[in-house]
Amino acid sequence: MEDVCAKFVSQKISKARWRPLPAAALQPPDFFATGSWDNEDNRISIWSVGDLGNAGLNGEYQGEPQLLCDIRHNGDVMDMQFLDQERIVVASSTGAVTVFRHHQNNQTLSANQRWDKAHYHVDQDTSCGGAACTGVICNNPEIVTVGEDGRINLFRADQKDAVRTIDNADSSTLHAVTFLRTTEILTVNSIGQLKIWDLRQQRNEPSQIFSLTGDRVPLHCVDRHPNQQHIVATGGQDGMLSIWDIRQGTMPVSLLNAHEAEMWEVHFHPSNPDHLFTCSEDGSLWHWDTSTDISEKPSFLHQGGRSTTYFSHNTINQSVVSAWLSNDPTKDRMEITNLIPNQTLSVNSLDILGPCLVYGTDAEAIYVNRQLFA
Amino acid sequence: AAVPSQVVPGADPSARQLCFAWGPAEVLVCETLFGRRGGSPSPGEGGPGRALLPGALKGCVAGTGEGGPSSSCVFVVRKDQDIYIQTLRKLFNESHGIFIGLQRSEEELAGKSRKAQLVQVSKNYRSVIRACMEDMHQAAISTRDPALHSQYSTQVSILSAVELIWNLCEILFVEAAAAGPLLLRLLDWVRLHVCDVDNMVREVLSSENPSKHELFWNVVDVFVLQGRMDEARHLLSKEASANPTSVNMYKILDDLMKKMPVPSLGNTQTLTEMELKWQHWHEECQRYLQDGTFASNPHMESICKILLGDEDAILEKKELMTTWYHFLVTRLLYSHPTVKPMELRMDMFLGGESSPEPLDTILMAAFEFEMHQVIKECSIALSNWWFVAHLTDLLDHCKLLQSHNLYFGSNMREFLLLEYASGLFSHHSLWQLGVDYFDHCPEYGRVYLELHIERIPLNTEQKALKVLRICEQRQMHEQVRSICKIMAMKALRNNRLGSALSWSIRAKDAAFATLISDRFLKDYCERGCFSDLDLIDNLGPSMLLSDRLTFLGKYREFHRLYGEKRFSEAAKLLLMLMTAHIAPCSFWMTLLTDALPLLEQKEVIFSAEQTYELMRCLEDLTAGKSDKQKFQDDDVETMKVEMLRLALARNLARVIVKEGTLEGS
Repeated sequence: MEDVCAKFVSQKISKARWRPLPAAALQPPDFFATGSWDNEDNRISIWSVGDLGNAGLNGEYQGEPQLLCDIRHNGDVMDMQFLDQERIVVASSTGAVTVFRHHQNNQTLSANQRWDKAHYHVDQDTSCGGAACTGVICNNPEIVTVGEDGRINLFRADQKDAVRTIDNADSSTLHAVTFLRTTEILTVNSIGQLKIWDLRQQRNEPSQIFSLTGDRVPLHCVDRHPNQQHIVATGGQDGMLSIWDIRQGTMPVSLLNAHEAEMWEVHFHPSNPDHLFTCSEDGSLWHWDTSTDISEKPSFLHQGGRSTTYFSHNTINQSVVSAWLSNDPTKDRMEITNLIPNQTLSVNSLDILGPCLVYGTDAEAIYVNRQLFA
Repeated sequence: AAVPSQVVPGADPSARQLCFAWGPAEVLVCETLFGRRGGSPSPGEGGPGRALLPGALKGCVAGTGEGGPSSSCVFVVRKDQDIYIQTLRKLFNESHGIFIGLQRSEEELAGKSRKAQLVQVSKNYRSVIRACMEDMHQAAISTRDPALHSQYSTQVSILSAVELIWNLCEILFVEAAAAGPLLLRLLDWVRLHVCDVDNMVREVLSSENPSKHELFWNVVDVFVLQGRMDEARHLLSKEASANPTSVNMYKILDDLMKKMPVPSLGNTQTLTEMELKWQHWHEECQRYLQDGTFASNPHMESICKILLGDEDAILEKKELMTTWYHFLVTRLLYSHPTVKPMELRMDMFLGGESSPEPLDTILMAAFEFEMHQVIKECSIALSNWWFVAHLTDLLDHCKLLQSHNLYFGSNMREFLLLEYASGLFSHHSLWQLGVDYFDHCPEYGRVYLELHIERIPLNTEQKALKVLRICEQRQMHEQVRSICKIMAMKALRNNRLGSALSWSIRAKDAAFATLISDRFLKDYCERGCFSDLDLIDNLGPSMLLSDRLTFLGKYREFHRLYGEKRFSEAAKLLLMLMTAHIAPCSFWMTLLTDALPLLEQKEVIFSAEQTYELMRCLEDLTAGKSDKQKFQDDDVETMKVEMLRLALARNLARVIVKEGTLEGS
């Protein structure tokens, strides 16, 4: 893994996110943000990796990430999303949701807007009783948050009060949220359910409920296929990756055995969605690749000592052929690579953009790989 | 050995008696009122640090309030202050990875390759120390706060001492270098760590004309003393070209330096060969010294004396060596280059003029191969357990500590690892690292982990899940149950019945599931509708966890059937809930009331037999109550019973007619 730069940062990293690139940008991303957890003094930090001045003679060495600026954050950073190129929305274990602005001219961070007690237990006005905000998703200017209180909030940047709040949307803890379409969101909860909410409707009920059968294994993360919006991936407490086709059925299309412990995040590659990345409490980070056409390659391919496995999975007949829902037996394989050998502590977060991968761990380190597909 | 004790600032044991409360890694100390009367405290309580293990108390006090005469303060005394230094967290985290790698490494590698592996591990540890030292150095330079600056500078010197000791231990114990290579390693060690003269060397070498520099000969001496012959010769050649008159003298010295036999790293020559060559070369040097070849140049004469291992000549250069261990290695180089490891202790060096510093004591113990003494002295002198724990573990993997057993606890390795890991657990964030250290303590690790893990504050569900995963992976059922119970209680307090039920299902805690089910039922009785339907409808097999939960699930199923107008199925289920004693008695009245609308339907739903059973249930319920209770029941209840009796009687009448008709036809 010689292309990976590591940096120990003296705080456990709970979230890592690339700053989005302006539309039509061709260069790889150069800034990312991290958030820490479990510290007495948690921080949001902005890092730079784009310093080409540090490049060695052979052009491969990129130097470790450099801290540009950081700011104190009250509570554990539970989730974090860029709203646009300058603003970051951060979910806190105190129940607050804060928008931070990154001033690039003088490299500082400042709190731009805050919704205190966006999530709370029992009574919003008491001094204590905040409930952790577990997930946040942005679609500028809209911000949706979910929390341990089973509440869904819809905020609009620059508006003081919530646009919409669904109290008691879920009787268990909501773990993550993502946009399905501009007016619909997907949530996953701690009893193995995937719910679709239509924010146009005034009814405080989900428009559809999908669930894992049997064991009610909690789901921790969710992501939607960037091009084919009916394909959704979720990760569960048992480390299982589930692929859902929300056009039909109430159960996952395929269940793929993956990690040995909680899957904390799942991400389709934003521009190359045949690739999927997952990370877990067991300290592994997996790259799932369905682009491999087995007929053209010998099976049991070994790349530089990495272990490579081909999985076979059963799918229901599909009308639209997608690599993730495919039923063609000759192509119905995927190549899975563990990108972290010998890791011990949890990989809490990852993000991918273009050829770049960033991830953060409980071993207080951040890692950047700038040549993911090299 | 004297136990270093430290008085907690602000707490005065001579004025008041102190009392203690022990935590896993912290001690609470507070003043009591007894002191005034009792006079002097008993000897055992002279200082709060006494009770702790040697070196354990490093006196980090997070006191509350001012220690005024009338204030009663509670002091939190932490065992391990260094844990809280930000930059050291890098050391803890990176070395954790190396530690785990070492524990996982296969011991099947025999002999040389195993040794090479262990040496590599040792080097990895040292490079982590060095990296951390550099960070700390940067931090010291960049800070403007003088207090912080001095704190960082202290840490830099501690880390550099730690690395010095570790490197020596690596040479002597881990690699256990043999005669010959041993001296080369020791020379490397000296070159790496005696950095005081580096600036001088740099200054002279970068000057325009080094040979004219006033410190020129000092630098040549430094090179010779450190055995850096090539560099010394290079410098000398410059001087020679500037002095054409004495070129011959330079040539002879250069030749001597060139010919000096060096122990080889490979097996190309035997020790005897080496000793023969050495003898020969030594005699040659002696000859030149005696015939006064260098008499005209005192610098060169002194170098020749050094080459001969002349102790006085070497001691004259004391300033250039700065430390006694440099002197030791230099003297060995020129008087006994084939020194064997075991001879090092024979060759011990002069007694110190002043009392030795702890570092000196530690290094001397190492040179004398007193491994346990090294560890003991380090434990006392250093302000954290990191060093001794990791070094001892490494030495243990080298199979060097097997025979030694403590009269308490398990063995020394485990004892030190437990102390270190306990320190990690006292930290709000580093506790996760401690888990793996406990895992590799076979005797007491598990117990320690059990005690510590229960004390981790669980402020979010995500953190609880992480702690839970640690417990589940190690089959710590008791702790799993306790964590789930804590989380369930929290959820219950926050009125999150759904979450509370999920947690108790995860812990398979039947009693708690019953409690929560009762809350659900109570809520239903009060409000007339169920909350958290999405959960109750999806209980699945977990419904069987407790009778009450089963009832809750089944009762909800009854409501669903009723809502879907599947009346006869609903009626059957309702009756079954009572006759099979799934429903708690206190709930029977509600169930019977639920039967009312079914009894009043146009078509007959309950059969005659079912109606009799319903009647028996009603009579059991009313007969079971004492007169006193009856008296207390309000009119509503009595009316309900009357209504039920009426409805049941009418239903019975209808069903008898209906069943009779059916049979007759």
